[in-house]
Amino acid sequence: MAEPLLKVENLRVEFPTRRGTLCAVDDVSFHIQPGEVLGVVGESGAGKSMTGIAVIGLLEAPGRIAGGRIVLEGQRIDDLPYEEKRKLRGRKIGAIFQDPLTSLNPLYTVERQLIETIRTHLEVSESEAFERAVSLLREVGIPAPEQRIKHYPHQFSGGMRQRVVIALALCAEPSLIIADEPTTALDVSIQAQIITLLKRLCRDHGTSVMLVTHDMGVIAETAHRVAVMYAGRLVEVGPVKDVVRNPSHPYTAGLMASIPVIGRKVENLSQIDGSMPRLNAIPEGCAFSPRCPQVMERCRRERPPLDTRGRTEVSCWLHAGESVDA
Amino acid sequence: MAAYIVRRILQAIVVMLTVALIAFSLFRFVGDPILALVGQDTTLEEQAELRKELGLTDPVVVQFARFVGNVARGELGISYGQRRPVIDMFKERLPATLELSLLSAVLAIGIGIPMGIYSGLHRDGWLSRVFQTVSLVGISLPPFLVGILLIYLFAVFIGVLPSQGRGDTVQLGWWSTGLLTWSGIKSLILPAITLGLFQMTLIMRLVRSEMLEVLRTDYIKFARARGLKNRVVNFGHALKNTLVPVITVTGLQVGSIVAFAVITETVFQWPGLGFLFLQSVQTVDIPVMAAYLVFVAAFFVIINLIVDLLYYVIDPRLRLDRTTSSDHGG
Ligand SMILES: Nc1ncnc2c1ncn2[C@@H]1O[C@H](COP(=O)(O)OP(=O)(O)OP(=O)(O)O)[C@@H](O)[C@H]1O
Ligand SMILES: [Mg+2]
Repeated sequence: MAEPLLKVENLRVEFPTRRGTLCAVDDVSFHIQPGEVLGVVGESGAGKSMTGIAVIGLLEAPGRIAGGRIVLEGQRIDDLPYEEKRKLRGRKIGAIFQDPLTSLNPLYTVERQLIETIRTHLEVSESEAFERAVSLLREVGIPAPEQRIKHYPHQFSGGMRQRVVIALALCAEPSLIIADEPTTALDVSIQAQIITLLKRLCRDHGTSVMLVTHDMGVIAETAHRVAVMYAGRLVEVGPVKDVVRNPSHPYTAGLMASIPVIGRKVENLSQIDGSMPRLNAIPEGCAFSPRCPQVMERCRRERPPLDTRGRTEVSCWLHAGESVDA
Repeated sequence: MAAYIVRRILQAIVVMLTVALIAFSLFRFVGDPILALVGQDTTLEEQAELRKELGLTDPVVVQFARFVGNVARGELGISYGQRRPVIDMFKERLPATLELSLLSAVLAIGIGIPMGIYSGLHRDGWLSRVFQTVSLVGISLPPFLVGILLIYLFAVFIGVLPSQGRGDTVQLGWWSTGLLTWSGIKSLILPAITLGLFQMTLIMRLVRSEMLEVLRTDYIKFARARGLKNRVVNFGHALKNTLVPVITVTGLQVGSIVAFAVITETVFQWPGLGFLFLQSVQTVDIPVMAAYLVFVAAFFVIINLIVDLLYYVIDPRLRLDRTTSSDHGG
């Protein structure tokens, strides 16, 4: 297997609070290959966004990375000083957030925001940056980019704004894009267009994507592999086909069963009773054990490690010991 | 652009006419202007003649129109108390008030905004905490108390700064300035601090809370995610987005500096318009009161106009037509 573009090892993100330390991301490990799209799913509050934020180095105090390593292109990046991390953002790791309506500064033209991003990362003149900005807008499918570039964000529709946001994320040809629910805030009719665009662009540029979404349809169509998170922990990660068709973890199974229709969103798991525990009330052992239909005595005592099972990795005692014969 | 400005100017004119109407009503209906003008030995016939001569028998609308015309030409009437044209008295007093207000505004804005930015950016820093505490004091102490405390401390106790008056002034045409002499400048310090302290703390707290607000927005997070330098994000993106509310409030505060000057000028025996106004209230000198009213209103209106124009410069959402924003689809 080729050297992964991004390796996250035992990542732990903590929020110290008055009533003890909350662990928003707990011992999470995964990797993304060059050109690969990794889908990340899980209920609200599972820690998907926090994982992405930790990777781009934008965790805000009091939140902090309390353990683990993040390695990008063979270089450890989680312990870099702020200024070094800043240079990676946009240059190596681009980001796209949920709400295109609020991601752009309302007081500046699209031109200004594109050019400042390009010139932050690339040694180019103003006019070269302008050329690049126009061609980026053309690439993300904005009609008449020479004119539209002069416009302010409020003059674009939601879908068009998200295209501008994508252009901004692509400014300096990053090797990884973290897209955190890039279509949730958009009209249903536009969501598919944006996902298709993102998919095409990343294929053309060989960009890897960490795609956080609630939409299993999008995962099935877009991602190569998928990671399932629960209460800050990674429960299962593997190729989309295996995870969707033949889930190893009871939580993943419940997740898949609750979305028979492609395009339906995971809001709550009708198949599984109860709800995800709050961060200050995570049970001992496996975090999912109180809701698990196949719970065993051991699950309530010991936390299962992430073990390899075939092409997937899963954190569940049901599969303990299988890794040997896989 | 033009339509926006014309609309604002029309609004300003309406406001000024309303204020003029109030000032006019003061003249017309509070007391009898003739009795205020004539001596005790004038006969009733003479009074009636004077009434006619002054146009007081004309219809009220005509009188009001004439009043507005006079005010527009700077004819503000004759002071009952001093029997001099009010406009001359204003010319003597205006420089004192404007110089004091200007310095207070410069203090309030020049110190309040940087303090606000700092404590917005370093929310939990110790210096920010100090600023917050100091600002609580500034916001809760009434100006006259601040003035008296400052006088006690610097004029009486330490004795380095004068406690009243403008010091020596220099005449530049009809404008008398205290800014060109050492004693004039020393005299300005305490009143300017007294007058500007409240506004300074208000502006500081506003800038701080606006900064905190803006720093939480998605476009600031996205700007950081694009790898922009901290300086660019904080000052180019965040600060600029706080400007619209900050300018609104700052404009109003500069207006109220002039209005609050009444108190400060009285505490410091400052020979400005506010002091004059207070004296005119005591003697029911209606022409002076009316003129002061018009002056303060005009000041507020002008500041509001400037604020509106600044909005226009800052926020593209106000200045662009919306024809292109209606396109839909991805
Ligand atoms: N400043 C904070 N202090 C304490 N806990 C926090 C803070 N910010 C986030 N959290 C917690 O971190 C956990 C993970 O949040 P995160 O935003 O990563 O969830 P998510 O999986 O992205 O959910 P969603 O699908 O709703 O976006 C949540 O339980 C949240 O309560
Ligand atoms: Mg999220």
